[in-house]
Amino acid sequence: MTIPVSITVNGRRYDREVEPRLLLVHFIRDVLGLTGTKVGCDTSQCGSCTILLDGVSAKACTCLAVQADGASVTTIEGLAGDSELHPLQESFWNKHGLQCGYCTPGMILASHELLRCNADPSAEEIRHGLEGNMCRCTGYQNIVRAVRDAAETMQGGTS
Amino acid sequence: MSASTFGSGIRRREDPRLITGSASYTDDITLPGTLHAALLRSPYAHARINGIDTSQAASAQGVVAVYIGADTEGEIAPSPCAWLLPDSGLTIADYHCVARDTVRYVGDIVAVVVAETRHEAYDALDLIEVDYDPLDAVVEPKKAAADGAPQLHAEIAGNQAFHWTVTGGGDIDEAFSQADVVVKETIIQQRLIPNAMEPRATLASYTAATGELTVWNTTQNPHILRFLSSLVIGVPEDRLRVIAPEVGGGFGSKIAAYPADFITMFCSKKLGAPVKWVESRSENYQATTHGRDHVQEIELAATADGKIKGLRATVWAGMGAYLSTAAPGIPTILHGLMLSGVYDIPAIHEDVYGLYTNTTPVEAYRGAGRPEATFMVERLVDLLAAKLGLDPAEVRRRNFIPKFDDGHDVVTGLTYDSGNYDGALSKLLAEADYQQLRAEQAEARKNGRYIGLGLSTYVEICGLGPSQVAGAIGFQGGLWESAIVRFHPSGKVHVMIGASPHGQGEETTFAQIIAGELGVSPDDVKVIHGDTDNTPMGWGTYGSRTTAVGGAALALAARKIRDKAKVIAAHLLEAAVEDMDYDDGKFFVKGSPDSSKTIQDIALMANVAWNMPEGVEAGLEATTFYDPPNFVFPYGAHLAVVEVDAESGNVELKRYVAVDDCGPQINPVIVEGQVHGGIVQGIGQALWEEGVYDDDGQLLTGTMLDYALPRADRLPDIEVHSTVTPSPHHPLGVKGIGEAGTIASTAAVYNAVIDALAPLGVEAVNMPLTPERVWRSIQAAQGRN
Repeated sequence: MTIPVSITVNGRRYDREVEPRLLLVHFIRDVLGLTGTKVGCDTSQCGSCTILLDGVSAKACTCLAVQADGASVTTIEGLAGDSELHPLQESFWNKHGLQCGYCTPGMILASHELLRCNADPSAEEIRHGLEGNMCRCTGYQNIVRAVRDAAETMQGGTS
Repeated sequence: MSASTFGSGIRRREDPRLITGSASYTDDITLPGTLHAALLRSPYAHARINGIDTSQAASAQGVVAVYIGADTEGEIAPSPCAWLLPDSGLTIADYHCVARDTVRYVGDIVAVVVAETRHEAYDALDLIEVDYDPLDAVVEPKKAAADGAPQLHAEIAGNQAFHWTVTGGGDIDEAFSQADVVVKETIIQQRLIPNAMEPRATLASYTAATGELTVWNTTQNPHILRFLSSLVIGVPEDRLRVIAPEVGGGFGSKIAAYPADFITMFCSKKLGAPVKWVESRSENYQATTHGRDHVQEIELAATADGKIKGLRATVWAGMGAYLSTAAPGIPTILHGLMLSGVYDIPAIHEDVYGLYTNTTPVEAYRGAGRPEATFMVERLVDLLAAKLGLDPAEVRRRNFIPKFDDGHDVVTGLTYDSGNYDGALSKLLAEADYQQLRAEQAEARKNGRYIGLGLSTYVEICGLGPSQVAGAIGFQGGLWESAIVRFHPSGKVHVMIGASPHGQGEETTFAQIIAGELGVSPDDVKVIHGDTDNTPMGWGTYGSRTTAVGGAALALAARKIRDKAKVIAAHLLEAAVEDMDYDDGKFFVKGSPDSSKTIQDIALMANVAWNMPEGVEAGLEATTFYDPPNFVFPYGAHLAVVEVDAESGNVELKRYVAVDDCGPQINPVIVEGQVHGGIVQGIGQALWEEGVYDDDGQLLTGTMLDYALPRADRLPDIEVHSTVTPSPHHPLGVKGIGEAGTIASTAAVYNAVIDALAPLGVEAVNMPLTPERVWRSIQAAQGRN
């Protein structure tokens, strides 16, 4: 059995027939071929699959594609929009906020949510805000620096 | 810009593709017609297989093939162990990629389904009926060695994979019989699960018409995987191409060649179609290699004034159900030979028993043997300090190997390259303001607060290593690295390396090496790695060896280029070669800096070859094979400051200060990142992480819900400092830094917690130091249990 869905991803509408059990993350990766969104676990712990669902962060492994019918999704590929890089991407690069890069798309989108809710977070607030995203490489310290740096840039009005 | 680029913290060139989602990891690659494999894994830790019925699965929707062990006979050889530890009675049990008649750990592969989609493959797994007869299991290494323990392999007595010893220096029994003081401890180095964020995956594509097999795999060492796969699958090495695309962390767990990889290759070969297998995280917990798992009985002999006279240990190392690719060398060579640590220890003896247990195979995990050695030594030194009523820093100082810059022999047979251990400790104590911290600790104790300071002074062996040594210690490969440097006509550079970085940033640091050696901008250098068809042979990225060995190969290749370019420049400037000078990408006649050619000028001339010196070949390219004369030995001193809540047992890590010495730093920002990540993994072992099996061999920590990985909100900012002691034998003086943090930090945090608990009478707590364990140990010490 398949069900029709219409999901807008990074500004483009996709009309597809999907199995009801298909996870949104598999819809994004396998059906649309947008592989920037990663799968790191099967228990919704790691946060690698974090995307924006109607502007709010969500773990795309905890959502069925059919639940996203009619919704608008932003993945890492679409975060910068018309710019070359979003300030968060720029800050992760500048502050060495990534090593292997696998957690990075989810980490950046979770950071996006953090800054949406708190535009000027302290280091401690950033650490709390990102506790749902796992990184095994960086020890988180440079991720915290990156988010802090992006907050300053974004408050400065450059984006 | 160019020469000064060596040593500057420039941004990584890897990052633009990673921060935009453009990078391709193995699971991101799909070929037309790709089929999907799923693996049925044993739910029992130990069982006989009476029969398997695959008929329903075979006829399920989308299923293309189902294979069991019998189908792979003669087609997939047993998964090989490639570290044949000599003089140890090593016994290697056959590791059938698909189990034949017995399963020996939860996760052992029983059957394979290949289907048109991943969902269909997993659906069909549920339709396979396996008739098991469960057998008794054993999961702890010391229990596996005991009389009457369940036996894993009929042909191997007492579950013993090997018994290895290291003996060095004076008479160890005499050292202990004549000692003024002896301190002892039993340590459980708990099992850890590496948890690289990217699960393992393989995509295999076989073309029958050419007999060629291309494999994309999440490996740290594609050339080794190609070599082993050719032996196991029977595709000749020249027809096998292994590609490590973007790889999402490894930490040792992506060194091994795995049964699942060979099975995927087999399926593609059988079916003549691309086949992809991607593990789930739960599968990763069950079947991707684990780390540590030692029981260590250790003791130290010393004089009344704290001078160490001898160290003796017996270790039972759990190897899991089968020996993984590099497994036997980890708890032995990389562990036992490091038992002198940073100290002058006149007599050392260790017995290591490697035991088969009904658990996931144990392999290298960040540090691989060295954290377990450092922990032993650093615990013993702290115990000695406590016994003698001395400050732990003072006992360390009384035993440090004095500063040396060109070789120091320790009794285990190694020659350390260079070190100034007292220098690192002194810097640490100054940066942390140790005396002030001790004063605050004393004050806090008066107020019923339990603050602890923990030191860890370490040295580690990395940059593996001389190939002659590799052969002598049974490693079934070389340990050199190679590099090709190729100048294109426009002056742009391609660098091809055999090593295979996967997050460590060598695309950037290697471009910086070229910039430093040849005066080009790092932006003009592309570093190519990870594809066996377009890179020279290399032995992989592990053991902190990529920069220490591969970086040396690269520097020497660049110097060959410089030598050739100088000859061409002399010819073009009509000067004698011996009259030429070089500085920062320019060749000029001595005393006439205006009469010069840039490296780019030479690259163009060498490529068009219109006017070459007599006897000089066209092209500007060099290849080197660098086989290091010795290992490198980074070192440092770390301090952890904790506060324990005696009511709840909770440990708060308040400060962490590190001084590391990896020689000159090519890119200090990347070094700092390696230090952060390494330290946090070691903190994870001390405080949170443990792979737990129940007595029946069921993995209780089988998901990220149950296995406590370090999270952002539980860590302080780490204070990173360094000293610089070049390696005397490395062309750039550099040492490795990838594992140093992990090697040091577990002991620092543990020592800090025990220091905090000292007033409460607690002398030891098994790791991880969870609130429950700490609380129970306090209760026990206070007679309240």
